[in-house]
Amino acid sequence: MLYLRLFWEFFKTGLFAVGGGLATLPFLSAMADQTGWFTQRELADMIAVSESTPGPIGVNSATYVGFTVGGLPGAVIATLGLITPSVIIILTIAILLRSFQNNRFVVTVFRFLRPASVALIASAGISVAKIAFLSGDSGSLLARLEPRALAIAAAVYVLSACIPKTKKLHPILWIALSAIAGILIF
Amino acid sequence: MNRKDPPATAGLWELFLSFAKVGVMTFGGGYAMLPILQREIVETKHWATDEDLANYFAIGQCTPGVIAVNTATFIGHKTRGIPGGIMATLGVVFPSVVIISLLAGVIRVFEDNPMVAKAFTGIRACVCVLILNAVCKLWKSAVKDRLTLGAFLLVLAVALFTDVSPVVLVAAILIFAVVYELTVGRRGGKEAR
Repeated sequence: MLYLRLFWEFFKTGLFAVGGGLATLPFLSAMADQTGWFTQRELADMIAVSESTPGPIGVNSATYVGFTVGGLPGAVIATLGLITPSVIIILTIAILLRSFQNNRFVVTVFRFLRPASVALIASAGISVAKIAFLSGDSGSLLARLEPRALAIAAAVYVLSACIPKTKKLHPILWIALSAIAGILIF
Repeated sequence: MNRKDPPATAGLWELFLSFAKVGVMTFGGGYAMLPILQREIVETKHWATDEDLANYFAIGQCTPGVIAVNTATFIGHKTRGIPGGIMATLGVVFPSVVIISLLAGVIRVFEDNPMVAKAFTGIRACVCVLILNAVCKLWKSAVKDRLTLGAFLLVLAVALFTDVSPVVLVAAILIFAVVYELTVGRRGGKEAR
């Protein structure tokens, strides 16, 4: 029964959380109140952990909550609950799109959706940049700039986008090296 | 560049493993996945193009569910139909289930560790640059003329300076595109494509 309920609660979260990642947060918060499975304080910890482990944040937090409530089976069931609605919805859209991919309306819609999508990704990148490169809450923008973070970013940019030889290396390498640099210089 | 490579056929396990690889290398949510996805799926496996990725991210942002999962389902479906969509999705969530379950017991130590916090300060700086690189690559397949440049700048400004949800933004673009196609597109349609 617990597992069924767990699946259902996460199915609802997956169905209504639009926009990915932290969009699941308000649903998890409501779940804490309604089910008593975990407290708000525990939820905050789970989010912090989800953000600092590999994998999409929404999936990580579902797995974590599921594990807390029902061990390994709980983790699996909560995750499956979360992804089931989106798999059904996306497969439906993908099948429809395949039949209509040459329709002139579909072509035009994507012509304008693509730049919009790139803009949304860029704006998400800028939000990360604010956290990454600015420290403190007051003072001028220039005074809040974190020079060590900027140095890491500059090095990564040169290696991953400018030098032809290193450009081809896998991005995970730059992530690993930046983690080490972070430990050494902060 | 578009459609030069026909979508390579992929084994179902190959899909699962590739997406598990993407999942394990994603630090900090869906957008951080983009550079990894570009390398793994577009440049190495040729299962999708940059144009496809921009399309999938657009849809992923305005449909329910985690963007990473939505994108995996799309690419999996593109290469191997419905079973492919399911295998790619299971692949992208698999590392999360394993890692979180393993760490759940010892996670407090992990979370309060100052070393981890420092490592993530470095990772965040790096991820910004990787997202910038990814955006530059997608840019070429998305911004091709004045109109699409206008759409990019408008959406970027609204996303940066207001709290309007991406769902509303994408819906607005959709309506604009339909109206555009009904009015201007009918006359100049050929060259626009």
